[in-house]
Amino acid sequence: MTDLPQQPIEMILLRQLAEHLAIPMWVIDAEGDLVFFNEAAEPTLGVRADDVDQMPYETWTTSFAPRDLEGNAIAGDDLPSVKALREQKPQHDSLQITGADGVARQIVITAFPLTGGHGDVMGSVTMFWESDER
Amino acid sequence: MKARLWGTRGSVASAGPQTARYGGNTACVEVRGDDGTLLVLDAGTGIQRLGNELEADLHRIDILLTHLHMDHIQGLGFFAPIFRRGCEIHVWGPPSPTLHLRARLTRYLSPPLFPIRLRDLRANFEFHDAPQGRFPIGPFTVEADEVIHPGATLGYRVSENGRSLAYLSDHEPALAADGNRGPEWISGMGLARDADILIHDAQYTQAEREERLGWGHSSVPEAIDFAQTAGVGQLVLFHHDPTRTDHQMDLLVAEAEGLADGLAVTAAREGDVLVL
Repeated sequence: MTDLPQQPIEMILLRQLAEHLAIPMWVIDAEGDLVFFNEAAEPTLGVRADDVDQMPYETWTTSFAPRDLEGNAIAGDDLPSVKALREQKPQHDSLQITGADGVARQIVITAFPLTGGHGDVMGSVTMFWESDER
Repeated sequence: MKARLWGTRGSVASAGPQTARYGGNTACVEVRGDDGTLLVLDAGTGIQRLGNELEADLHRIDILLTHLHMDHIQGLGFFAPIFRRGCEIHVWGPPSPTLHLRARLTRYLSPPLFPIRLRDLRANFEFHDAPQGRFPIGPFTVEADEVIHPGATLGYRVSENGRSLAYLSDHEPALAADGNRGPEWISGMGLARDADILIHDAQYTQAEREERLGWGHSSVPEAIDFAQTAGVGQLVLFHHDPTRTDHQMDLLVAEAEGLADGLAVTAAREGDVLVL
């Protein structure tokens, strides 16, 4: 038997879809690690997707300095993407991040859990927009 | 382990003098372990002839369905062992979030599409959602994983004594392939990697494929590319288009050999026996 790592089909198809959309998206896996983000997300995150490998939970939840609209830092477990994964419920929120280019931006996030055909928790999908909505 | 091909055609059976050599029956592959244990990959129309040649005292048969399109299940109602009392038939297939495999198959195996109800057949049926990952069946280790094809569809890898057969009868990995991603991002690659023999969808020519994106199948060049990436020992082109004549198949095989670059490539023909 082979031991080659294999992404699940849902993740393969989701990535393909994400890379054809103009909506910024990122996807985390069941461990909370950032698996990928699409090209549309690059301007907001301030970094090219091709320049970033998969990011462990501890890295991506801090490197974009997420904070609420009052400027208070948001812990990783309180981020909508992570809550969608852990609570298995859709999440919607407004927050601020600082991209890898050093620019602070306000974004609106909608995140939903990714549940596979076998009912297994695979991660979560996050779509976001730059917005001054509060 | 040996594999015998009873049905090689895709989409719909295509019997006639123009398809006699490569065969007109739809997908069915008999896999025998060294001790005679039987696995059947798919239950297309080819399974009817297989059923007529099986030993009468066979007590257990495992049928692994890749998916429930008609060309992969149509022969099930005409498989002789289903009318044999005491025969234990285990049917494995892709899981559904809504309906059990038995209920989904009953849509076909019941009136008006089929005259006999499943519950009235004499064999003892057991239906299983194929688990993700590896599971044992007799001496075999079977691995199932979902692959790109419309609707829930599985590929299988069957291993025994260090030899492996990968079976991806209906598969369109190119739909979500990108050369910049690693092989773990290619549908089916985990099943096919380093397999001794890969039986793979090659329904289309490249020209046909470009008009049928998203239909769930591969072209011959795409199947070769996939097999080369997977590093398989031999590629068997499968799921031939029902309109393809034997003469056209010969031309496709010649084209495939020209593209193979050292990879052993054949086109599946009914009756072929693959020895692993």
